[in-house]
Amino acid sequence: MVDIPFDTVAGIPPAEVGEVELYHPKSWWTRYVFSQDAKVIAIQYSITAMAIGMVALVLSWLMRLQLGFPGTFSFIDPNQYLQFITMHGMIMVIYLLTALFLGGFGNYLIPLMVGARDMVFPYVNMLSYWVYLLAVVVLASTFFVPGGPTGAGWTLYPPQAILSGTPGQDWGIVLMLASLILFIIGFTMGGLNYVVTVLQARTRGMTLMRLPLTVWGIFTATVMALLAFPALFVASVMLLLDRLLGTSFFMPTLVEMGQLTKYGGGSPILFQHLFWFFGHPEVYIVALPAFGIISDLISVHARKNIFGYRMMVWAIVAIGALSFVVWAHHMYVSGMNPYFGFFFATTTLIIAIPTAIKVYNWVLTLWRGDIHLTVPMLFALAFIVTFVNGGLTGLFLGNVVVDVPLSDTMFVVAHFHMVMGIAPIMAVFGGIYHWYPKVTGRMLNEALGRFHFWVSFLGAYAIFFPMHYLGLLGMPRRYHDIGETAFIPASAHDLNAFMSVAALIVGFSQLVFLFNLIWSLFKGKEAGGNPWGAASLEWQTPQTPPGHGNWGKELPLVYRWAYDYSVPGATRDFVPQNEPPARLLAQGAHP
Amino acid sequence: MSAIILFLAAIAAIAGWWLSQQRLAAKPWLEEGVIADWREESPSSVPPAKIGLGVFLAVVGSLFALFISAYSMRMNMVDWRALPVPKLLWFNTGVLVTSSIALQWAHMAARRNDTDGVIIGLLAAGASAVIFLVGQLLAWQQLKVAGYFVASNPANSFFYLITAMHGLHLMGGLVALGRTTAKVWRGAKMTQVRLSVELCAIYWHFLLLVWLVLLGLLTGWTDGFVDICRQLLT
Repeated sequence: MVDIPFDTVAGIPPAEVGEVELYHPKSWWTRYVFSQDAKVIAIQYSITAMAIGMVALVLSWLMRLQLGFPGTFSFIDPNQYLQFITMHGMIMVIYLLTALFLGGFGNYLIPLMVGARDMVFPYVNMLSYWVYLLAVVVLASTFFVPGGPTGAGWTLYPPQAILSGTPGQDWGIVLMLASLILFIIGFTMGGLNYVVTVLQARTRGMTLMRLPLTVWGIFTATVMALLAFPALFVASVMLLLDRLLGTSFFMPTLVEMGQLTKYGGGSPILFQHLFWFFGHPEVYIVALPAFGIISDLISVHARKNIFGYRMMVWAIVAIGALSFVVWAHHMYVSGMNPYFGFFFATTTLIIAIPTAIKVYNWVLTLWRGDIHLTVPMLFALAFIVTFVNGGLTGLFLGNVVVDVPLSDTMFVVAHFHMVMGIAPIMAVFGGIYHWYPKVTGRMLNEALGRFHFWVSFLGAYAIFFPMHYLGLLGMPRRYHDIGETAFIPASAHDLNAFMSVAALIVGFSQLVFLFNLIWSLFKGKEAGGNPWGAASLEWQTPQTPPGHGNWGKELPLVYRWAYDYSVPGATRDFVPQNEPPARLLAQGAHP
Repeated sequence: MSAIILFLAAIAAIAGWWLSQQRLAAKPWLEEGVIADWREESPSSVPPAKIGLGVFLAVVGSLFALFISAYSMRMNMVDWRALPVPKLLWFNTGVLVTSSIALQWAHMAARRNDTDGVIIGLLAAGASAVIFLVGQLLAWQQLKVAGYFVASNPANSFFYLITAMHGLHLMGGLVALGRTTAKVWRGAKMTQVRLSVELCAIYWHFLLLVWLVLLGLLTGWTDGFVDICRQLLT
């Protein structure tokens, strides 16, 4: 080992934080409801995101019922089917995954992992949650307004999004756009916090290259989200004006129901550019935190340091930068200049390189590790498999000539559910099973966890694996009822029924998970401070769950990176980040 | 989309420069012990609020860059009829420049611990910012009277949208400015408000810069530049 001269240690004063700097809740309301403590805000974010996510889950059931057994459920008409699709997609991508990874995991883990007492702007952080909650309420309210939620598809493409043939044209689309604008405002408040906390509130010794990869993933994703969400903001504002004031930003001259509309000359392609300028980074905004969480889970549960830490960091940064120049690969069939298609296919395939580096490094971390097949580890392994699977079909769709025939088929649905549906959800579950003991002080029930894992994992494959095949057959997406179609054999309908049954079972197994969350809160096994024997800072807090201000009187002093597992010669198989080197211990330093 | 790409390239250059200072080539698995951190090295470490404002300005900048992108993509379609820019905008621009100068003056007064100077600067800046906003509303009024309604042509729509967005950001700034002024008024120590005044000044200069770029775009001065950018992409 290279010794860093630590004669300077004595010269560094302990980082005591004066009491005045900390926010002090004065009543029950400010402690649990209008709290400025990042840990409470994280739990609020997580609960809200999971609650609205359950709505989206029920919507997916309804869609699967219709697809699997067309004609059986008369209460699902074509308009409603489109509404279910739209709301399911929008909720899952933005209100569940983005909010849960950045608002939930980000708020809880960033201050603990970098050794800070709290986020740097606690008040703004609290506002961020309440604006997010308002956005969710506005979104949910569209189910109850006249005409119901919008059925424009989660991409909200004009002109159809605001024409009268689309369900939810009166209220649904207006409230949807308003909700998105609110979400972006709320997110920007939170995002500023996450970025500045990582930049400015790291404890002493915590250099950037000692950060756990979870923080790197969330940090980079937040920076991307801060720069990408304005594109959705601009698109939403302009679409809202088209709908409310009759401007023609996106609306071309067109005839509707035999009547010439008041619109004229607008460019629907412009909306697609703006939407996907947000939409593609969004994929990585969801994926990068998942990458980080998986890296940490694998390292802890294989009792081995992460392979190629530097490469992992560089890959995260490279993916973040590249993801801003690939947006038009969602627009191969939009009629844009074919030379653009060539350019964007190239950049899309280049992203495969840093992504593949990450996958190799996970596999090499597992190689000859002491793999403990705990529930978080199972989910982490499932993530790798699913992500590789979805990534490979991404290579298909990234090529223009392959994408054109597959566009708007079930193949696309299967691809993006694998890569940014199932895979990030696996990371979410893995993360929850992993950090739940820190949040509550109790373990989640192991047997229920394993049941939840196997049903979710195998069930998800039962739903989405056959879907690739349906897509190759040419089965279109977004259709309420395929009907009698010459090129689709009867067996495809049987397959659809099978997938729908699997979807129902997977959905119900999530109730087991929710039950486990609540039951373990009261009856779970006592976890202690560090049940997994993990080295990163969040497991070294003096109290579990971490108390107000996270740390004791002094902030921890970091002496090493977060992945010292199975170090030869060490007394334990992990060395916490804040444990001084042996020689310093001999000189009387204390952890 | 060239404006936003150029803007993000600038952000990426800044981020890349910053990352290059961060020992990203370090081998953390070999380095045990305390690493002298750059934040302890530099005595004048930047306060978190200033970094936060910088990040926020990047977000606002990308928002306006996207509006400019959309504008430049939409303006070369056949139905675009550029609208006559009201003369009033030049007056408004002058007022906004005054506002920025006044805040800069307040900032310098705060560094000298000159409370009266700070108050005068803040009030002058706030008043001229309000005049700017009123002037913008009057400009809207003039256009409306002349028959340039928001929905009658995309050029009009963009004009109203972009000026409204800029005005909203200035109004947000006025909230912060008002709070700072109230603090100084109540006799807070200069050391407590110095940072707030500085942050307001930075935000004001940034909004002035944004306004000058937008003005160039709306008056058509930058058409030549926009054409060059467009040719870069085609």
